[in-house]
Parts: sequence; structure tokens; C-alpha cells
Amino acid sequence: MFENLSDKLDVIFRKLKGKGRLDEENIQSALREIRIALLEADVNFRVVRDFIEEVKQRAVGQEVIESITPGQQVVKIVHERLIELMGTTTSQLRFGGRIPAPIMLVGLQGCGKTTTAVKLARHVAAGNKRVYLVSADVYRPAAMEQLKVMGEKIGAGIFDAAGLTDPVEICRLAVEEARRGGYEVIIVDTAGRLAIDAPMMEELKKIKSLIIPAEILFVADAMTGQDAVNVAGRFDELLGIDGVIMTKMDGDARGGAALSLRAVIGKPIKFAGAGEKIDALEVFHPERMASRILGMGDVLTLVEKAKEAVDLKQQKELEKKLRKNEFTLEDLRTQMNQISKMGPLEDVIGMLPGMKKIKALKEMKPDERELVRLGAIIDSMTPVERRNYLIIDGSRRKRIARGSGTTVQEVNTLLKNYVEMRKLMKRFTKGGIKSLRRGNFPF
Amino acid sequence: MEEKNEKKGFFERLKSGLSKTRKLLMTDVDDIILGSKQIDQALFDELEERLIVADVGPSFTAELIESLREKVKRKELSSPEILRTALRETMRDILLKNEAPLVIPHDKIYTIMAVGVNGSGKTTTTGKMAHNFKEEGHQVTLVAADTFRAAAVEQLDLWAKRAGVKIVRQAENADPAAVVYDAMRIAREGKPEVIIVDTAGRLHTKTNLMEELKKMKRIMEREMPGAPDEVLLVLDATTGQNAIAQARMFQDAIGVTGLILTKLDGTSKGGVVVRIAKELGIPLRYIGVGEKIDDLQPFRAEAFVDALFETNH
Repeated sequence: MFENLSDKLDVIFRKLKGKGRLDEENIQSALREIRIALLEADVNFRVVRDFIEEVKQRAVGQEVIESITPGQQVVKIVHERLIELMGTTTSQLRFGGRIPAPIMLVGLQGCGKTTTAVKLARHVAAGNKRVYLVSADVYRPAAMEQLKVMGEKIGAGIFDAAGLTDPVEICRLAVEEARRGGYEVIIVDTAGRLAIDAPMMEELKKIKSLIIPAEILFVADAMTGQDAVNVAGRFDELLGIDGVIMTKMDGDARGGAALSLRAVIGKPIKFAGAGEKIDALEVFHPERMASRILGMGDVLTLVEKAKEAVDLKQQKELEKKLRKNEFTLEDLRTQMNQISKMGPLEDVIGMLPGMKKIKALKEMKPDERELVRLGAIIDSMTPVERRNYLIIDGSRRKRIARGSGTTVQEVNTLLKNYVEMRKLMKRFTKGGIKSLRRGNFPF
Repeated sequence: MEEKNEKKGFFERLKSGLSKTRKLLMTDVDDIILGSKQIDQALFDELEERLIVADVGPSFTAELIESLREKVKRKELSSPEILRTALRETMRDILLKNEAPLVIPHDKIYTIMAVGVNGSGKTTTTGKMAHNFKEEGHQVTLVAADTFRAAAVEQLDLWAKRAGVKIVRQAENADPAAVVYDAMRIAREGKPEVIIVDTAGRLHTKTNLMEELKKMKRIMEREMPGAPDEVLLVLDATTGQNAIAQARMFQDAIGVTGLILTKLDGTSKGGVVVRIAKELGIPLRYIGVGEKIDDLQPFRAEAFVDALFETNH
């Protein structure tokens, strides 16, 4: 996400580099470029105007710091302002005092409310709270069915609205049911609607006054254009929004709407949805997002993902083996599994700082199928072979190739790489795993 | 008589669907232009804001404004009214080049794939298309190839019932390519009809999902030479400049033959479609202006621009 904006700012600041000092003129040309980049990123027109004005005021007349270039100085100012715009702290969910605590999701059609409801339920459940889900969408065909199927997968309680056609009544009964069932949080998924649809907005107001939500969260598609502020503004005016969840952040939309929403309606962005898997909901971190916008990479998120995926105990054992140079093909397989647990390689690479600058990398998409093939080769070996690669002779190689649906050449390549890897590992007796984590794979 | 009513219905619906657009975009432009006696910087600034806020995009807006400026310099545009007409004609001409309503022959099997990102309105649009084509006297079969999203098959099934058409479906989580294969086998044996494949929403950046789409298309081609006749990209009018990337990447991956712009009944202006038309030249097929089954209308550049620029308010 935001990748193209980062690219653009990179180019802009490269232009700024080499200028002696910040003055009205060189700031002006940079600001013009930033303005276009932000507008291309779908940041709202007025938000951009204010943003540019603020950055300009801060930049011009500011003392030139000796140690950094003017370009870096502007980056710093833009970065700081971006963080301010998107909020300076991470916002958490508030549950209020009542049980069950109602959380209501609202938004336009197709913004991702139902998927988000389930992801949010999983997030809440991970905090050791019992969650109940209800769909108040009686309009979209099979909307309730969708929530039910997904909700069941995560083991949440789900209200059965069979035979009911009034969304307000459904919510009333669902809250009662949740209370009876001892649930602590109830997430209400509402039907998508246009902000200008008066009867539909009236319906939301009724639901609100009936269940008195602890949080009303506006779900916004990261791809939304200029109109995002009008829609959210209208929802806020009529309902009072407590926060925003940005969805579809895993695409290449630059997500300017995130900036706009935060600036215009003044409500925190609480979560970011980035994927179709039920666990792909992240707490929204403004400072990370700002860094990402500026092409500084999203290292913290990557580190967190790595932490989740990597089994610490396995790591320790591996580290011991490495020191003794006992790294077997079995260990390699474990490593590969952990890499694939971190998510699609493209996502992971996109988070690394500097990666966006390397144009070649874009064409050289990491091939996940390659990982699968390599895994298949190792899986087709016998345990003995995996522990001692030296016994894998020609006929064994043929068998492995057949078993894994690959070719002998591919088996050869893997073994060659593996041997090189072992040699490489000999060199770092200490902190071997750390280097591995940095992606020093020989293939 | 019947036709007249229908026509009125269409324009009325189009106008009401675009009324907010008009109000926010062009009526304001009219106000500005008609309001000011002369062409000055303030006029250009306001025009720029209106176009950008309508999601026309900053570079394209700059281009449009620049060409207006040039014409003013060359004394081709002497008053705000003439400037307004020039802007309107420029946008209309771009759209007109790409206006291409779908004409479906009655004597062959006609296959359509509906593709797009998540939540753009593929399933709803597929249902509406089924209804339209059936009204035109076609046999229609829907193919539930979105086996990924929970209850998507169920949703399409309900649309098939509403439209009164057949559906080919398998269990959820089935291989979508297998569903498509099934549908093509069945279709080959039967009479001429329209086959509409509803695919799962996918972000254009997901390589593996785009590969899946390519595979579905390959299978259609293999089972029926020339298929699919039409690959329709369903685009949400609320989308900003990312729509260009979407259109381009779907285009590159499987070759888009037409575009459907949905959710034009909201406050979003859908201005990015002018940029798509200009930069990518994708034929503009339909617009979606509501949630009812007959809320899918052929894209008409003239009517679209007329509605945008209409002055009586």
C-alpha cells in the first residue's frame, strides 16, 4: 500500500538533494510535487491544501541543520505532519461498562463490513472475551449466511435471525440472546448503505438508540476516492462515529482516504484490514503508516509478523545445531515452513525498507510456488536422507524427483544450494539465526 | 408506447442517479462559470478543485485545465459560457469514443466473465445482467465461480431465482475452474444462450489470484473456442485513482473487453472513468444506479454528460 506515493516522494526528494539550503523556491517545487502525489493518492483536496500550507510554514524560515540535506529535512517535516494527521497514538477498542458491550459496524456497500466483523470478533476473542455476532443485513441476499459461515469458523456465537425481517428487532433480540448466553461483546454487522439514503440512515439511528453501542466503527475501503470524507462526514453527523477501520490495505491503493478521514472527521483509525484471511486485521499504527507513505518501510509490522510465525523453541534448537554445523535438510524444511507462515512473500518484501526503491525487485516477484516445489523435494526424501544428504546418490535423486513431481536438475540445485548454505553458516557461529531472518537464503 | 415509457424510465433513473454527481460536480461548475463575468485565475482554480473532487485525477485535471488555458490564450474561448461548453465537449468526446453498449447475438452461445476487486458489486451486477438479458429474450445461465467468499454461491443463487434463470454451482470451496468447466460442458450440449460467470473478488495485486482467473479463462477458451466473448471489469464508482491500476492490471492479466461502473447512485462522482476511457480505451458498457434488479443501464456518453452538465436546477 502507498507504494506509488513512496516512489514519487523518493523521486521528489532526490531532486531536492544537492540544493544548498531550504528557501521559498526549492521548497515550492517540492511542495508542488508532494501535492500532486497526495492527490494521486486520493487524499482529499482540502486536506492536501491544508497539509501543504502547514509543511510550507514549517519548512521555510527553519534553520538549516548542518548534518542533513535539505531533502532529508523536508522529509522529516512531511513525515512528522503525516503522523500528526493520522493521530499520534494507537487507539484500542473501548468496551464501556455494559455487558455485552455492543460494537456496531457501518459503511457503504462492498467496503468489507462482514469480513471485518469476523476479523474483529477474532481480535476480541484473542483478548479472552466471549464474542457474539449478529447480522442486521436483511437486504443483501445471503449476507446473514456469509456472517454465519465465517463466524462459525472462528467459533463465535452467532444470532439466528431466521424468519425475522426487521433489523432493529433483530438487534434487540440478539443483544438479549447474547446476555443470556454470557457473551461479553456483541458485534453488530449492518447492511451497506448510502449516506444519502435517509430511510436507511434512520434505521441505523434506531438501532443505535436501542442498543447504545460502546463503539460505532465506520468501515472504509482503502481504495476510496475523494468522496470518502463526505460519506464518513455524513455518517458521523447522523450517528456519531467513534473510529474507523480501513479495509483492503493489502492492495496497491495509496490509501489517501486514511489521511483524509482522520483529518476531516477527527476520529482515530483503529484497525487496518489487509487480506482475506480471518486473522489479517492489524491495529492501526499511525507512525508506521507515515513511515510507509514515505518509503521508510514497515519494519515493525514485519518484525511482529516474524515473531508470531517463528516458534522460539525451534529457533533455539536450530541455533544450537547451527553452532555444531548440524543443519540438516529437515531443519531447512522447518525454516521454509516458518517463512510461509509469515504470509505471502510479496507482502513481506513490501514491508522492508528500501525495497520499493529497487525497481528490479518489482519484476522479480518472489515465486511462492518455488517454495512449494522445494518443500515437495525435501518431503520426498526419506528421514535418513534428510539427516545425511551425503547418501543422496544418482538413483535416489531420480526417485526424489519423481516423488516430488520435479526434475533431477531441480533436486541437484536444491542440494547444491543447501551445501552452500551450510558452508555459509559455518562462518557465523554466533547469531546465525538472526542472519537467516534477514533473508540470507541462498536461493 | 411501451418503449417510450422505458426510455423515460431510463433517463429519469440515470438523471436521478447522477443528480448528486451533477450537483456536486457540474452544477457547481455552471454556477461558478455563469456566475463570473470573465475568465480569471479564480475560475481555473475552482474548476480544478471541482474536477479533482470528482476523482478525475490531478494530472488529467491539469491537462484539461491547461488545454482550456491555451484556448483562452489563442482567443478561442472568450467567455465563461463558451469555456464551459468546451470542457463539456472534451469530456463527452472522450466518453463517446468508448461508449459501446453490449449487443448480444441470439444465434450463438455467448459467454461473459465478470471480474473485479472485492466489494465492487460483481454478484449484484451479474444478477442484474441476467435480468436484462432475459428481458431481451435470451436464455441465461449464471455460473457461481466465486467459491471463496462465504455464501457467495448462495447470494448468486438468490439472484438467479429473482431473475428466473438457471445456475451452475458446486459446493463452496470447490475449484472455480472446475465450476467453469462444468458450465462450459453443459452449455456446449444445449441451445444458444448467455453464460455469465461470476468470479470471486480479487485485488489486482494478488499474483496467485490473477493466475487463477487466467486459468478460468483458459478453460473457457479450451472448452469453447472464442470464449469468453466478453470480460467485464466491474468497478465501484467510489474508487479513487486506484481504479486506473485495477483496470490496467486486469487488462494486462486477462484482457478486459468492457467496463461496468457501479454505485453511481451515491455521492461519488465516478470521474475516474473519464481517465480510464482516455488512457486505456476500455469500452464502457453499463452503469449501476441502485440495488433493484433493473438498476443496470447501458452506458450513454451523451446522457451521462448531459446529466452531468444539466443546468436547470
